Amino acid sequence: MIELKNISYEINGKLILDNINLKIDDRFVAITGPNGSGKSTLAKIIMGILTPTAGSIIFNGEDITNLSINERADRGISFAFQQPVHFKGLRVGDLLKLAYSGEKNLQDACAILSEVGLCARDYQDRELNSTLSGGEMKRIEIAMTAARGTSLSIFDEPEAGIDLWSFQSLIKVFEKLYEKTSGSIVIISHQERILNIADKIIYLKEGKVERYDEGRKVLCEIGQGDSRACSVLNDKMN
Amino acid sequence: MTELEKHMLKEVAELDSLPVGAYNIRSNGKSAARNTTANINIVTKQEVSGIDIIIEPNTVNQSVHIPVIISESGLKEVVYNDFYIGENCDVTIIAGCGISNCGGSDSRHDGVHSFHVGENSRVRYVEKHYGEGTGEGKRLMNPTTVVELGKNSYMLMETTQISGVDDTIRETKATVGEGASLVIHDKILTDGSQKAVARMNVDLNGEDSSCDLVSRGVAKENSFQEVDLGINGNAKCHGHAECDSIIMDNGVIVATPALKASNVDASLIHEAAIGKIAGEQLLKLMTLGLDEKQAEEMIVKGFLR
Repeated sequence: MIELKNISYEINGKLILDNINLKIDDRFVAITGPNGSGKSTLAKIIMGILTPTAGSIIFNGEDITNLSINERADRGISFAFQQPVHFKGLRVGDLLKLAYSGEKNLQDACAILSEVGLCARDYQDRELNSTLSGGEMKRIEIAMTAARGTSLSIFDEPEAGIDLWSFQSLIKVFEKLYEKTSGSIVIISHQERILNIADKIIYLKEGKVERYDEGRKVLCEIGQGDSRACSVLNDKMN
Repeated sequence: MTELEKHMLKEVAELDSLPVGAYNIRSNGKSAARNTTANINIVTKQEVSGIDIIIEPNTVNQSVHIPVIISESGLKEVVYNDFYIGENCDVTIIAGCGISNCGGSDSRHDGVHSFHVGENSRVRYVEKHYGEGTGEGKRLMNPTTVVELGKNSYMLMETTQISGVDDTIRETKATVGEGASLVIHDKILTDGSQKAVARMNVDLNGEDSSCDLVSRGVAKENSFQEVDLGINGNAKCHGHAECDSIIMDNGVIVATPALKASNVDASLIHEAAIGKIAGEQLLKLMTLGLDEKQAEEMIVKGFLR
């Protein structure tokens, strides 16, 4: 379980996150909200990529506020970047091996790549550079995070740019990951189909938690035409 | 062969034992072992130090190893190796030089290699330079490579200097004939106060000739690198030069691509980039459990793969 206590983040005099208090313990938790509401910032603070200006983070009972990124990774937090990173010379297989902590074999790498719709034989020796399309990079990023199989996995807009690969397959990856870890999967998303599977939805607005409830309740509000979450989708489209 | 010599052979030519096929192993200024085959002859030069390697036409799927090792502190040598590769060949040539210098005097190997590649032949040339030793004497290497590519031939040069060479000037000159193609992948890592200069100059003389020069360098600590990539398009041709470098600590890198076109149908491109390791690359590897130093090492290793 991850708990955020009074987390704030300020940069250049602008408050991006304003006293966030959250406990995340469910299977699928979606974070949604308008652009600029602080969703990615929140995810980066959990992973340790950004340091909060106030507050603390408790992960499975341990205060991890001052731990580095890799120490948090070792404790069991994974993070799929919104924009996957290119590397010159490093290959898909190199990073997958890291994700597996070098214990698993080729077969596992094959399995995880085929889960995201890529053939391991074709991809494991490919360099993670611009010869791969945005969609391919995105799927590899998802595979790497799923391969770690940690008790908390965070995906920052995993559906963006997954081109021909279907949502259904993406959801299957999440389900399989949960089967393996029984942990929490946090997904930042604007996509209704992803919000649909969320046990809980966190709705952020202007750096504050505006709503945090069972997914169906938040979605119900959308159905009833209250349009907080609808406007989220609209904001994104605009 | 001593243990040290065996270790050096492993470093420069990835050899655990004597290689299969033709070879000439030079150790401390003398030929230590040699083998020739029906198609590949190796002859000692009379006038100067060095060998002629003669590869008969139509020799395919064969290799030649010519590693050089120096373990005597203070040894200095200039060696001339000339390769004559007949027509329609497909061969791999593994060269490389390792200097282990534990003494107080400078050790130096200057290898001058020339390649005459016949029509329709394909050559893969692998050269690795390596230095080690705790002595104050420097480990110096100055390779010069001259390449002449005949009609429709192809040569791939993979040259690497990963560590331990204090000072090097690497000169490569090539003339590329009709329909022929030259590809060079050069990799250098310098650290401490090492200095490395790599100069390549390619004349694309034949119609439809081409070259692809790719240099990757990493300069750590107080080291210095200079990379000059020059292509002269003298006919209808394609030339590409790419210099990509990572700079760390107080390293200095000077990259100078130079293109000269003297034919209206010459198409030449150069790219040069120098920068530190991208922060997001470090972050990504750290999310996979590496600390910052391990992440840095992995990125550099991949970059120079």
